[in-house]
Amino acid sequence: MAVFTSVSGVAAPLPQANLDTDVIMPKQFLKGITRDDLARGVFFDLRFDAHGAERTEFVLNQPAYRQSRFLVVGPNFGCGSSREHAVWGLSQLGIRAIIGSSFGSIFQDNCYRNGLLPICLLPHEVQRLLVLCADADCAQLRVDLLEQMVELPDGSRIAFSIDALRREDLLNGRDAIASTLQFAAEIDAFEHSHWRQHPWLAPKLAGE
Amino acid sequence: MSAGAAALTLYDKIVAAHTVRRIDEAHVLLYIDRHILNEYTSPQAFSGLATAGRRVRRPAANFGVVDHVNPTLPARTAYIADSQAARQVEYFGENCRAEGIEMFGLLDARQGIEHVVVPEQGIALPGMVIACGDSHTTTYGALGALGFGIGTSDVEHVLATQCIVYRPLRNMRIRIDGELAPGVSAKDLIMAIIRRIGVAGATGYAVEFAGEAVQRLDVAGRMTLCNMIVEAGARGAVMAPDEAVAAFLQGRPHAPRGANWLAAQADWQGLRSDDDAWFEQDLQLDAADVAPLVTWGTSPDQSVPITAMAPDPREEPNPERRRAMEQALAYMGIAAGAPMQSLRIDRAFIGSCTNGRLEDLRAAAQVLAGRKVAPHVRAMIVPGSSQVRRDAEREGLHQIFTDAGFEWRQSGCSMCLAMNDDVLGPGERCASSTNRNFEGRQGRGGRTHLMSPAMVAAAAVAGYLADVRSVGGA
Ligand code: SF4
Repeated sequence: MAVFTSVSGVAAPLPQANLDTDVIMPKQFLKGITRDDLARGVFFDLRFDAHGAERTEFVLNQPAYRQSRFLVVGPNFGCGSSREHAVWGLSQLGIRAIIGSSFGSIFQDNCYRNGLLPICLLPHEVQRLLVLCADADCAQLRVDLLEQMVELPDGSRIAFSIDALRREDLLNGRDAIASTLQFAAEIDAFEHSHWRQHPWLAPKLAGE
Repeated sequence: MSAGAAALTLYDKIVAAHTVRRIDEAHVLLYIDRHILNEYTSPQAFSGLATAGRRVRRPAANFGVVDHVNPTLPARTAYIADSQAARQVEYFGENCRAEGIEMFGLLDARQGIEHVVVPEQGIALPGMVIACGDSHTTTYGALGALGFGIGTSDVEHVLATQCIVYRPLRNMRIRIDGELAPGVSAKDLIMAIIRRIGVAGATGYAVEFAGEAVQRLDVAGRMTLCNMIVEAGARGAVMAPDEAVAAFLQGRPHAPRGANWLAAQADWQGLRSDDDAWFEQDLQLDAADVAPLVTWGTSPDQSVPITAMAPDPREEPNPERRRAMEQALAYMGIAAGAPMQSLRIDRAFIGSCTNGRLEDLRAAAQVLAGRKVAPHVRAMIVPGSSQVRRDAEREGLHQIFTDAGFEWRQSGCSMCLAMNDDVLGPGERCASSTNRNFEGRQGRGGRTHLMSPAMVAAAAVAGYLADVRSVGGA
């Protein structure tokens, strides 16, 4: 997993509320068996017209925002389907952090799992960033996970809080499965007593 | 400690009973009793496992279901024209076989939409924790199980460890008392709840459904409630299991038998919130106040009673909400203030894990018996599972549907997310019994109106969005 400590770059404003994962990554891009080649699918119907040509009015197609590292988004971003393809695609497009007032809960988990930092700020703080970033000349931010703050071009800072465990994962690029497997013996012991108390919950293979 | 502080909600009890260890103040390592896999969110998880040299820890606790990408043509074959979808199904089969995971493949008599199949096979039981790489896993709350959706990285995590690093949710209770009026269903109830609390109204919460109106619903209706509460952001739903749940489960292939059945039933008595358990949010709803609802917009909370008009953004004082409404109405091709019943439909779709069960098809059949679909409407019924399809045929429902002019299809997710070839064309308007009316959900430029199966049937006959109470039959 990509490590996140401090990243600087352009932030693109996407103020629309409830941008769901169907819009972030439409269905036709969900048919692969690898995580690759998903950058083109991101916001596909917003970025491209019916003939596949770029829609010049969409923010990520504008020259100043093409290299965006951050998105500043409306409330409930990433709601809907669990498809992690949405996060893989955003990462492949170069997005490292998404700043909003709330996120879809599965989407938020998926971000953490892929080194993409979801930052929750208060609605008025997000509003301030949306206004700021709408001006391409001011859309340069620095996001620092060690210090837990977003730095604006004028040097002012907005602090954010983050789940401590997820922060550690992101800072260290930790393999979550390896962390859990440290407790393999405890999982064994748990299963043993769980199934003793609830024998009908013990899974059986067909025919057993 | 006072008695009140010790009182637990049903959700808290299930989480406590599955806590392997506490990780920190905010997280626990949560044991997953059953893990459901599908063909489109699992491939990268299996690949990840193989790359890391790991194996599936507890194969018998996992079940694979092919449902999202398969065709639903009336004659079922193993052939999938879309080569990418075919490869996904094939890869899924390879992985399940290699790891010894029981799979309900395309030609299996048990195939269907995962959230219809899992209860049908008796796999989801009261008190269980069930994870699945699909957001609508909340469905199993209707059986007293805690189900929740996870992303593919967590699918890999569950495959390898049978656990998940879990942050317990806050508790919300939604009590629904009173009696549903004729023509009003569980779908209308859940749409009314989403309309009231908004699409993020339950984010961060596990929702317990309670109240006499909920208890009076059959298990299928309860599944509709728990299934669609995810559209309000809930990451889990629960209901105290009762005799209806036991009756539903008894004799199903994976349900306990003999002494285990008796022990399980005794245990399930304890699966309820303590009387003085505390809910951070406690909502009340009177079922009698709910009318048949239809969505007008591109978000599941954008709904109005069928007899009402689409909203007029000029009456919305908040500029952001006004813009969102204008955008949604423009996408949907609806004039501000237009009567909902003036909207002419092109398509009608009955199916999905929200409303593709036998009870849903019966409700539609009641409306459709002796009637015809309007000539300009293409109408489809996609049963929630192959079993539902067989049961419906045994009752002769398929005859009613085909006589009316509905296509009678094989099972799958189909036009609920349109990953297969069942897709709306640009600008096509569809009356749909599904759960998401997002932009492009049923096809690029497609316009989805969510409603109950009986309301879809009424719309199909009228050719316009219609009130099932005036069409009659329901
Ligand atoms: S029927 Fe629709 S909501 Fe249900 S699992 Fe399939 S795609 Fe998802």
